[in-house]
Amino acid sequence: MLRDITLGQYYPADSVIHKLDPRLKLIGTMVFLVSLFLSHDWIGYLAATVFLAGVIRASRVPFRYMLKGLKAIILILLITVVFNLFVVPGDVIWEFWVLRVTRQGLSQAGFMAVRLIYLIIGSSVMTLTTTPNDLTDGLERVLGPLRMVKVPVHEIAMIMSIALRFIPILLEETDKIMKAQTARGADFESGNLIQKAKSMVPLLVPLFISAFRRANDLALAMEARCYRGGAGRTKMKPLLYEKRDYAGYAVLAVYLAAMIAIRIMR
Amino acid sequence: MWNYARRDAKTWSSAITGLTLQNEDKSATMGMISARQQCRLYRKREQSMGIIQSSKLTFEYTKKDEEGNIEEVKRAVDGVDLDIHPGQFIAILGHNGSGKSTLAKHMNAILLPTEGTMWVGGKDTKAEEYLWEIRQTAGMVFQNPDNQIIASVVEEDVGFGPENLGVPTLEIWDRVEESLKAVDMLEYRRHSPNKLSGGQKQRVAIAGVVAMHPKCIVLDEPTAMLDPSGRHEVIRTVRALNEVEGVTVILITHYMEEVVWADRVFVMDDGKIVMQGTPREIFSQVETLKAYRLDVPQATLLAWELKHDGVDLPDGILTMDELKDELVKRICQ
Ligand SMILES: Nc1ncnc2c1ncn2[C@@H]1O[C@H](COP(=O)(O)OP(=O)(O)OP(=O)(O)O)[C@@H](O)[C@H]1O
Ligand SMILES: [Mg+2]
Repeated sequence: MLRDITLGQYYPADSVIHKLDPRLKLIGTMVFLVSLFLSHDWIGYLAATVFLAGVIRASRVPFRYMLKGLKAIILILLITVVFNLFVVPGDVIWEFWVLRVTRQGLSQAGFMAVRLIYLIIGSSVMTLTTTPNDLTDGLERVLGPLRMVKVPVHEIAMIMSIALRFIPILLEETDKIMKAQTARGADFESGNLIQKAKSMVPLLVPLFISAFRRANDLALAMEARCYRGGAGRTKMKPLLYEKRDYAGYAVLAVYLAAMIAIRIMR
Repeated sequence: MWNYARRDAKTWSSAITGLTLQNEDKSATMGMISARQQCRLYRKREQSMGIIQSSKLTFEYTKKDEEGNIEEVKRAVDGVDLDIHPGQFIAILGHNGSGKSTLAKHMNAILLPTEGTMWVGGKDTKAEEYLWEIRQTAGMVFQNPDNQIIASVVEEDVGFGPENLGVPTLEIWDRVEESLKAVDMLEYRRHSPNKLSGGQKQRVAIAGVVAMHPKCIVLDEPTAMLDPSGRHEVIRTVRALNEVEGVTVILITHYMEEVVWADRVFVMDDGKIVMQGTPREIFSQVETLKAYRLDVPQATLLAWELKHDGVDLPDGILTMDELKDELVKRICQ
């Protein structure tokens, strides 16, 4: 059962966005995030909304999947809104005891909320339309220049792709150990938080031992197959740009230029 | 003459593969084994230089305490001399802790000898400049199928070795396809390894090694974690590689039935090679094997017991079919 889980949140569909090069999608997401911080007023947000809506439509992923990611940030969202609402000084429009809401505060809280929501939706579009493997490959290439400042980009990407392979295996193993411990009378369900945490110890110890053994075996197997880091390595599936990717970059450039123009002119 | 012998060997081997495939569940008869050996003889004539050789190979695991003082020394391999020829099928037996895995790891330069020398493809494993060449010459398959598959798609895992070797992209694709075909897993190329059976995973691991075009494959208990049908799949694949492609195979195993196919069997005990010979020679010494805490194939054991009880049978019967034939002969007389 556990082996059927999909990692990340890839939503398979046959769309232009799915087919785009992961490098373009990564850079596109970054540009979109930057553009959100560029916009100050409703025209900027309108442009961002139009752009985002266009991409979502083209991706053919149902909109409710995009909203799933929002659940995780609902608390941060609330705090941000409340904070902005009550702290920003300006023309008071509502007052109660020590709380006062200003017009500027209201608009800033609104913009912050929209910014955060778009940020999450924007990155969801990327993770929903790109397989974890492509994402890792893309990341390795996009972050490539960081190698010059001694960031181990290839190693990070390799770690990510190995994690992708082993997380389902470890989850399955957790399930197995849990069942074995339950059969011996362990109780993972009841009790308060501390008791629950305590009952996890007999689960985590064997899991860690097994994970370390696996890591050791894997390192040996990789070395035996001549793995020696990223240098001199070729790729079975190199990332190659196609026409649609260049078109994608063009669209992105136009969008960014428009956002900058709006920012400067207003 | 040389060419003739070579072509002959090819025809032999394909004829034999056909035969073994028909008979795979019944296991081999006497006639087939001798045909196989004949085919090997042809092949061996053209290749006389040993692919894996060692002289007085010794390896010690040292346990050190915090200050770096040596606490304990465990001699896992002790003065082993090997001379394995290209195209041979070698089996290594030995009870737990006898040093088989330690020896195997020397063939891939994962471990370097404490004393003595190991040559792979004529290269000393201690020479750092040949390290990658040695690892490419002698590929290694490990026991746990899960812990040696690196990628989350079958074909990408098979491509991992060639990628490391710097093989050009198009050639990687050719190699991946040909290796997956060789282990009969081509139709699973786009699957996730997590959804394969143990035997299938182990075949993917073998394909991953085959794609590096090794001359020799070392398999360290590749079937230990598999069910009988998985074991069967893996052994059939390994034998096909040996017979059809002529890859040298070194198979470490606990299952005596898998040893029956070998050209030569080495028995290890306490780091030393204590017995060697053809399967028939080895298994005719049931008592010695028992002293080394090893099993013998069930048919051999049964024949041995019968012989002890006064039935007139030859030594070293390996399969149930052979035993049946011999018994029928006795009854008819
Ligand atoms: N990493 C290690 N550190 C210390 N001693 C080790 C290590 N690995 C193996 N040994 C010891 O070396 C000896 C040989 O071990 P090895 O793993 O080669 O045996 P084996 O024949 O492969 O056994 P098995 O059939 O269980 O796989 C054993 O006594 C073992 O305890
Ligand atoms: Mg071992």
